[in-house]
Amino acid sequence: MHRRVLPGFGISLGYAVSYLGLIVLLPLAALAWKASGIGGEGLLRLLSSPRTLAALKLSFGGALLAALINAFIGLLVAWALVRYRFPGRRLFDALIDLPFALPTAVAGIALTALYAPNGWLGRWLVPLGIQVAYAPLGVLLAMVFVGFPFVVRTLQPVLQSLDRDVEEAAESLGASRWQTFARVILPVLVPTLLTGFALALARAVGEYGSVIFIAGNIPMRSEIAPLLIVQKLEAFDYAGAAALGVVMLSFSFLLLILISLLQRWSNRWEERAA
Amino acid sequence: MNTMTAQRQAGWTRRMGHGVIVVLASAFLGLFLLLPLAAVFVEAFRQGVQAYVASIGQPEALTAIRLTLLVAVIAVPLNLVFGVAAAWAMTRFAFRGKALLGAFIDLPFSVSPVISGLVYVLLFGAQGWFGPWLSGHGVKIIFAVPGLVLATIFITLPFVARELIPLMQAQGSEEEEAARVLGANGWQMFFRVTLPNIRWALLYGVLLCNARAMGEFGAVSVVSGHIRGLTTTMPLEVEMRYNEYDYVGAFAIASLLAMLALVTLAVKTFLEWRYSDEIAAHAPGGH
Amino acid sequence: MTMELSRLSRRFTDFAALDDVSLSIAPGEFLALLGPSGSGKTTLLRILAGLDYPDSGGVQKDGRDFLAAQARERHVGLVFQHYALFRHLTVRENIAFGLRIRPRRTRPSRAEIGDRVTRLLKRVQLDDHGDRYPSQLSGGQRQRVALARALAVEPDLLLLDEPFGALDAQVRVTLRRWLRELHDELRLTTVFVTHDQEEALELADRIAVMNQGRIEQVGSPEEIYQQPATPFVCEFIGKVNRLTLSENSGSLAAGEWILPDDPWDGRYRQGIAYVRPDQLRVAVPPPQPAWTARLRHVYLAGSVAHLDLHVASLDQALEADVASEDLARLGLQPGAELRVAPRSAVLFPLADDTGQPIARDRSTWRPPDNS
Repeated sequence: MHRRVLPGFGISLGYAVSYLGLIVLLPLAALAWKASGIGGEGLLRLLSSPRTLAALKLSFGGALLAALINAFIGLLVAWALVRYRFPGRRLFDALIDLPFALPTAVAGIALTALYAPNGWLGRWLVPLGIQVAYAPLGVLLAMVFVGFPFVVRTLQPVLQSLDRDVEEAAESLGASRWQTFARVILPVLVPTLLTGFALALARAVGEYGSVIFIAGNIPMRSEIAPLLIVQKLEAFDYAGAAALGVVMLSFSFLLLILISLLQRWSNRWEERAA
Repeated sequence: MNTMTAQRQAGWTRRMGHGVIVVLASAFLGLFLLLPLAAVFVEAFRQGVQAYVASIGQPEALTAIRLTLLVAVIAVPLNLVFGVAAAWAMTRFAFRGKALLGAFIDLPFSVSPVISGLVYVLLFGAQGWFGPWLSGHGVKIIFAVPGLVLATIFITLPFVARELIPLMQAQGSEEEEAARVLGANGWQMFFRVTLPNIRWALLYGVLLCNARAMGEFGAVSVVSGHIRGLTTTMPLEVEMRYNEYDYVGAFAIASLLAMLALVTLAVKTFLEWRYSDEIAAHAPGGH
Repeated sequence: MTMELSRLSRRFTDFAALDDVSLSIAPGEFLALLGPSGSGKTTLLRILAGLDYPDSGGVQKDGRDFLAAQARERHVGLVFQHYALFRHLTVRENIAFGLRIRPRRTRPSRAEIGDRVTRLLKRVQLDDHGDRYPSQLSGGQRQRVALARALAVEPDLLLLDEPFGALDAQVRVTLRRWLRELHDELRLTTVFVTHDQEEALELADRIAVMNQGRIEQVGSPEEIYQQPATPFVCEFIGKVNRLTLSENSGSLAAGEWILPDDPWDGRYRQGIAYVRPDQLRVAVPPPQPAWTARLRHVYLAGSVAHLDLHVASLDQALEADVASEDLARLGLQPGAELRVAPRSAVLFPLADDTGQPIARDRSTWRPPDNS
């Protein structure tokens, strides 16, 4: 090995790796170990339980849908914040991170106060047949809320650095505004959009605090997978909780890997560093 | 004349487009972000200022506040030191497994908070790896303060490192090399050159780390055991009061946390505005 | 202070930055490391500064192992290519840095440091800029701050990495002269890295030309320019015409131009000849061998005119420099036919099997009746 010129390689790397090992890797190893305790048959029983399946479906389906909604709304909001000057823009820009800064329990009870049948908005929505709180829609709403900053914040710097010349070139070649957006701007944004999508998804899949208040937690209907883990833990079913945790993590990583492959493909024109 | 009209027409359509986008975005932000924030404060003061003050003054509320501060005071500095060490190793040296290390640093961002708590129960709980040994020696981690601290550290581990790594990568190591050639020893180099160059990014990372540490709910909920006056942090106190139908009490504590969030956003915005080139990423937990 | 660099090699994963480099640096000299990017010159500089280490080989300073010392113990002043000024410190604080961090025993007093900084500021002509931050300075000013900062610690050896690389042309020339005067005054052993041959030729006492991790030639600027030792040096320094020599009825020749005496006594059947544009005679009188060239274009550049010629028999373009006054005297017009021949040339044989030039059998050619 070569002599290192700057000091502190051994101590900084050693400290970082030990810390990471103790805080993150050792506990995750315990999770895997405990989960393996239930065996193949136990896993099959766990995964064939309709209640577990419903919860996983809600957590992942809801998170995917929420991330998709965030991709659209996030693009719209980021576009408005970067391209247009309007009153309140700076305030809104600062508020984008509110869902991140606001503790999830606070977000949970605040959303419930708004959308409960007797809440600020709920009292108008429920008579129209739209039930948000204590229903799957509430889960979706909370997931959109917590994932919202990710798409906007990843898109903003890219939108800012977008070369206006390219748009003007497209227009001078006869493209309409819409064609310019769809054919010139959007393709460049897709990789970043996917990054934001993945971050919002990862956050929504595991979300707990903001969801459990508004969800109502009705088994088979509005019960999310993390809540099921908590319930198993409270029933001292450690192996079951660990197994469900491993299933969730595996699913999440699979999804994230898929997204990063998609991203790589959508970014294929970008020159790859050798 | 015709072209003039056409131009005016085109300009008008374009402005209309802008207007629609701006109105849609503002309406969404108002409804989606401002309204919940307003709800917190309105609900907290629903029964007047006196009820608000009284519910914050309750002893359980005060212990919850103390406990929240205690957890943050331990977790944030530990993650700060980790963040600086990890960023130093990752941006100043070439070594095998660097990409893997980076991926592991990000890992807590994609793990559900509930699982983050669960893993410590599996390690230190009554049926966990070290549980029997610990209880034999009278050490309590789960359903006690150390568990809260550990779960919080897990959740907030990436913030400082993620903020520093891109910045230190961009700054490069020339200034530190210059300090070495001029005769600086390791600590002189670090405190006189490295630290001043990353101070605002460090503050930014600590700010985000602290916001998450004080507000974390899922992970601490799993390891806390909800023992009033002993293991309930502010977010857990919010939950307990809410479940006991003490809405004013719940929203009163929540309003304190909401103020913390607003202060965090204000300082964050100030840092981004004043020191934009001395901090790196803006996405919360992004990149 | 003599430095002896012996057999230094440094490999990075995919290429050799230094390949068996030996060099000695004399006390007080101004040495240029000249070469294209990737030739290893910066690696060599960084090794001297203690910011990199060779895989093999050694550096002796006055008979002591220089590499055993850490960067901070070497008493070296280094000016980085992009200056690496401390952005959070003022100009004065930047310059004082190396003194302030000394342990108390060897640290000069506060007043002494202040005095020295003031003197250095004057020396680099930045008296009024002491309280500014690096971001408030121009490129040339930053470069002088970096120099003052390096000089403040009174180094035994000053190292400059592309000192003028990031500056615009005019500042570059002024600063170059100034640096030369500074060196003449201080007599501080100085090594600087550059890819600009003009800079090296004008500034240095001695030049080491580097290519692909090796030193091609070391010598004074005159030697490097007039007696290039390798084909690389011929082509890298100045402009040059490259001609292929091949065997023609017993002698080596390039078209009509025949070498009367074979410098290698028939050992090689092929070679190359390098002819500088100013060593190409135009209007050679008939008995002497010469090519017939068509004048395609004349580029006037003040006192010198560059002629763009084409030799049909070689199917090759040549470049010749003549004094502008000769241009008028000879009545040269584009389209004219001229008899052209070298006044002098540097010759290298090509190995029969590989076709590679052999630098050690280099030969200089002059016509027998050079009038």
